[in-house]
Amino acid sequence: MTASTPKKQGFVRELLGRSDYTIIGEIVEPKTRVLDLGCGEGELLQWLAENKGVDARGVEISGAKVQRAIARGVSVFQSDIDEGLADYPDQAFDYVILSQTLQETRHPRQVLREMLRVGRRGIVAFPNFGHWRMRLSMLLSGRAPRTSLFPYEWYESPNIHLLTVHDFEELARVEGWTVERRYFLAGPRKVTVQPNLMAEVAVFLVRR
Amino acid sequence: MTVRLTEVATLSANWAEAMNAGIKNRLKSLIWVNYGRPAARHGGRCWRYHVNTCRMIVESNSVRFDGISLDSGATIAPVDVAYETYGQLNAAKSNAVLVLHAFSGDAHAAGISPETGKPGWWDNMIGPGKAFDTNKYFVICSNVLGGCRGTTGPASVNPATGCPYAMSFPVITIGDMVRLQKMLIDWFGIRRLLTVSGGSMGGMQALEWAVAFPDSVVSAIPIASTSRHSAQQIAFNEVGRQAIMADPDWNGGNYYGGPLPGRGLSVARMVGHITYMSDDSMREKFGRRLQGKDNFSFGFDVDFEVEGYLRYRGSQFVGRFDANSYLYITKSMDYFDLTTGRGTLAAALEKTKARFLLISFSSDWLYPSYQSQEMVRALRSRNCDVAYVELQSNYGHDSFLVDVAEQTDLVRGFLASTFEKVQ
Repeated sequence: MTASTPKKQGFVRELLGRSDYTIIGEIVEPKTRVLDLGCGEGELLQWLAENKGVDARGVEISGAKVQRAIARGVSVFQSDIDEGLADYPDQAFDYVILSQTLQETRHPRQVLREMLRVGRRGIVAFPNFGHWRMRLSMLLSGRAPRTSLFPYEWYESPNIHLLTVHDFEELARVEGWTVERRYFLAGPRKVTVQPNLMAEVAVFLVRR
Repeated sequence: MTVRLTEVATLSANWAEAMNAGIKNRLKSLIWVNYGRPAARHGGRCWRYHVNTCRMIVESNSVRFDGISLDSGATIAPVDVAYETYGQLNAAKSNAVLVLHAFSGDAHAAGISPETGKPGWWDNMIGPGKAFDTNKYFVICSNVLGGCRGTTGPASVNPATGCPYAMSFPVITIGDMVRLQKMLIDWFGIRRLLTVSGGSMGGMQALEWAVAFPDSVVSAIPIASTSRHSAQQIAFNEVGRQAIMADPDWNGGNYYGGPLPGRGLSVARMVGHITYMSDDSMREKFGRRLQGKDNFSFGFDVDFEVEGYLRYRGSQFVGRFDANSYLYITKSMDYFDLTTGRGTLAAALEKTKARFLLISFSSDWLYPSYQSQEMVRALRSRNCDVAYVELQSNYGHDSFLVDVAEQTDLVRGFLASTFEKVQ
C-alpha cells in the first residue's frame, strides 16, 4: 500500500480505491485510538494500523464482513451502530470514523451525538446529495435521482437519510459542534468553489 | 468429545459397526507412526511418538505437584496433571497457546492417540497449517482438575486412605481448574500465554484465565461460552446428575471395583447430546427414520434412528468417563460466575489487558449468542480490544467442534496479528 500524499496540488491519490480514505489517512495522527463505525471488511483500519500504528477497532453489522475483517487481524465486532455505542465509556477514542455510513443509518443525529461522546473527534465522510448531477437528474427526469454516487433504485437503496454539505453544516451549527477541517472531493480532485454544488463526497473533522 | 467429531461423518443405522470401522481406519494410519525415544519421566504415564503423515510430534505426559488449595477451602495433595503438547516452544517462550477442553474432553486435543487410535477432540483446529498452527505455536492442552483422564479427580486414589476419593473428593470450581493450569504453565517456565482458547467449559476457563491472571494472558478466545451459567444450563446439568445418583449402582459414589452406574451415566449423556445438537441438525441427521425396520415395533425397543443414536452415545460414554467426574465437573460449571466476589462483569474485567476474540453460533441454544454478547458489552465498557462474530451454523452447540472452516480463518488471523504485537 502506498503513502497517501497528494500527487499534485488539487488532486489526491486514492487509498484502497477511495479518495475519502486518503483524506482520513491524512487526518488521523499516528499512535492514536481509532474506532471505525460501519468498517466493512476492515481495509481502512488495517491500513491505519500498519501505516500509522493506531489502535484500530471496528463495528460492522454484516457477519460475513466481520469475519473477513477479523481474519485480516482487525478487532471488529458485529453490531448495529443504530442500536448505540452506549457500552463505550466517554472519550474512549481519539477518532471515531463514519465513512459513507451516515446516510444508511436510521437515526443519524443520534449516531453523530454518540460518536462525539465516545470519540474526542469525529471524521464524517458522506456522499453529497446536493451535487449538480443529482439536481439535474431529478430536474430532468422527475424521478428519484440515480447517479454513479447514488446508483440504487429508490426501493432498494440502503441510503435512507440523504444529506447535502449545507445540511451537515447546519446540523453542526444547531448541535454546537465545531468543524475543525472540511474537505470536498469530486473523484480524485479537491473541490474549492461551491462545494455544495460541486463536491461528490464531503469529509468533515468535527468535535463537540 | 473425540467421538462427537466422528459422529457427523459416520451416521448409519448401526452405530457400533460404523465406529469400529472408524477405529480400524485410524489404526491403519498408525502404521506410519514411529515410536521415538521416550521423553523424561515426570511422574505418571509418559510416551512420545511422531506421526509421519502430518509430521506432528505428540507428547502425552503427566506432572505431579505437591498440592493445590481450592476455592472451597479444601486442599488436594498431591495433584497430578495430564497434558499433551504440540509444536515447539520458541526461545523467548512467547508462542505458547493453552487450549482448554470442554466438559467431557481431555488432554488429547490433537494428533492420533496410540491408546485409542482416535484423533484429538480439536484435531481439525490444531496442527501444521491449521488454525492453531503448530509450525508457529507451541500448543498445550491438559486434562482438567476433577477429570478422569490422567489428572487427579474423584476416581484417583486418595493417598491418605489408599482408596479412590469418590465423594470425599472436594467440590471444585473453574477457578481451581485454572489455578492448576497456571501451575503447569509456570512449571514450563512460560511467563505469558499468547492465547488461552476453548469452547463451552473451555471458554469459561479462558475467561477465568484472563481475569484471574491478567499479566499471564496476551489474548483469549472463548468460543460458544458464557461468563456465568444460566438457569437452563444448570437445569440440564442437574438432570444429568440426578440420573446418575438415581442409579442403584452409583452406590453413594462407591462403585469403584464393582458394577458402574452405567444406566444413570448413559441417560445423563443422552440428555447432554440433545442439548449439543439443534432442532435443524437432528431433523437433518435423523428425521423420523426408523432404525433397521420398516414398521413400528409396537414396543419399547429402538424404533427411531435418533433413539439408537442416543443409546449408542450413552453406552459409549460409560466406557470412557467416570460418573463421579460427571457430578463434580458439571457442578463446577454451574458455580461458574465471573462476577462472583468481583461485583459486576465490567468490574471483573478491570485488570485484564488481553485482546479478546469471541465467537458464538446461530443455532447454539445451550450457550446462546446473547451470553457472548453480554461479555462483549462488558469488554467494550472497559474499552478492551474485542472482536466478536456470530457464525451461521446448523450444528447447535457442537458447532465449535465440527464447523471449523470459518473458525479457522478467524482464529488464524486473530492469532497472527496478536503474535505480531508481542514480537
